Amino acid sequence: MTTIAPEEPALEAVFDATVAADERIEPRDWMPDAYRSTLVRQIAQHAHSEIIGMQPEANWITRAPSLRRKAILMAKVQDEAGHGLYLYSAAETLGTSRDELLDKLHTGRQKYSSIFNYPTLTWADVGAIGWLVDGAAITNQVPLCRCSYGPYARAMVRICKEESFHQRQGYELLMALSRGTEAQHAMAQDAVNRWWWPSLMMFGPPDDESAHSAQSMAWKIKRHSNDELRQRFVDICVPQAEALGLTLPDPDLTWNEERGHFDFGPIDWAEFWDVLKGNGPCNEQRISRRRRAHEDGAWVREAAAAHAAKHGKADR
Amino acid sequence: MTNLTLTPALALGDDALVLSHRLGEWAGNAPVLEEEVALANIALDLLGQARILLSLAGDEDELAYLREERQFRNLQLVEQPNGDFAHTIARQLYFSVYQQLLFDHLATGGTELAPLAAKAVKETSYHRDHAEQWTLRLGDGTDESHTRMQRGLDALWRFTGELFEPVDGLDAPWAALHDEWTTRITALLERATLTLPQGPQRGAWTAGGGRQGLHTEPFGRMLAEMQHLHRSHPGASW
Repeated sequence: MTTIAPEEPALEAVFDATVAADERIEPRDWMPDAYRSTLVRQIAQHAHSEIIGMQPEANWITRAPSLRRKAILMAKVQDEAGHGLYLYSAAETLGTSRDELLDKLHTGRQKYSSIFNYPTLTWADVGAIGWLVDGAAITNQVPLCRCSYGPYARAMVRICKEESFHQRQGYELLMALSRGTEAQHAMAQDAVNRWWWPSLMMFGPPDDESAHSAQSMAWKIKRHSNDELRQRFVDICVPQAEALGLTLPDPDLTWNEERGHFDFGPIDWAEFWDVLKGNGPCNEQRISRRRRAHEDGAWVREAAAAHAAKHGKADR
Repeated sequence: MTNLTLTPALALGDDALVLSHRLGEWAGNAPVLEEEVALANIALDLLGQARILLSLAGDEDELAYLREERQFRNLQLVEQPNGDFAHTIARQLYFSVYQQLLFDHLATGGTELAPLAAKAVKETSYHRDHAEQWTLRLGDGTDESHTRMQRGLDALWRFTGELFEPVDGLDAPWAALHDEWTTRITALLERATLTLPQGPQRGAWTAGGGRQGLHTEPFGRMLAEMQHLHRSHPGASW
């Protein structure tokens, strides 16, 4: 541990009592360094996921098959940019600037959710991302609305409301395809086949292999284990898939009366670790595109700063 | 689909539809996160306008997805590719000042477009403000941004004459709107330390082209991308 200033034990006791009482830690409160760095890492990864996550969906904005769908998709991608903004702001309350975090993303020192390293190959993928990926994200994120760090918890309340709209639009999009022509139904089934297993991986490695889980649970940053949340998600999806008229690509999926949950087949963790290491189908493409947008925009940001300096006004 | 006349709703609806599409191409590529939100917001406003206007002229999806290039009535300005951020801002500036002046006029008229114009003019004044603020920043920012902004303004200038070609069935004081537009653009560019482009505002080929269904090469490619999926599944609902 680092050296402890004379007053630290007392401060730490206040921190512990606040967390124990389920009250919120606020930016000006004392907090352990490790708590701060855990939060920065988690919030940054979440923010990065929002902005990288814009890419696979933006891939379909210019090809959306009706004007109504185009408006919904544009609004959704815009929401994701907005979520990125709230989350980078939440990280700033911990003393880390957006520029610093973006730099870490661009140089591979911080990660984003591996799910966005899979490609969106057809229009139905937009629906599968909404239903499954946003559905899994909500399952993960609803408990974060009660996270012990105030600014993060409050950002999550707003984000979860919007994510819930995103999940419903995905479900509704898939419903239209599933009930549409044969080709549309096949497109929907293919998308679900490709997105189901990566969505289950979004909850992270099994509990006994999860590096940060125990400490995060103790600090009430995290409220439920990876496996618990994954099970909750499977239990929600099975009846939804049935209502959609689509099948989930797992022959082992069966109701277990004794457990009161659905059993499901083994997850290919080798694939998970491989994608995490950078070998997924789109890792290189996503980060290159992000870097390019940032580099291409450098002269714009410099111009805004130069103009603000000349005219004594803050940049918008 | 074959008897399309140049109704004002179609002309203005196509402007909004096509510009919205071009702005949508920025998603994920904007220079700063705030601009991801702003450009998407403008694109969404325009798409909303397009849907109302096209619905006045017929079925919105049939009109957007099943017409051929020569049947679109939008201005050539709005179909021009995004270029760099300065090029996009120059296009936004020319168009949003025009659109606000026109909608201001239409909002007070008694036509079927009045309600739409009255609602859209609020959005359009935000779009204009956004374009003006960026023109000021880029014009009076760094040497590089100044050069890029001037280049964007110059490159798109030849498409601005078309903005004030009379549209059949749309009663507007076109010459006066053009004068007012020039006055506003001139004043803004001066504040931004930029120069009003000096070349012709229309070419031999482009005079009134877009409104007659005569477009530029990049437009066909844009439509191919926009219409491909819809056309691949005839009669399907989405």
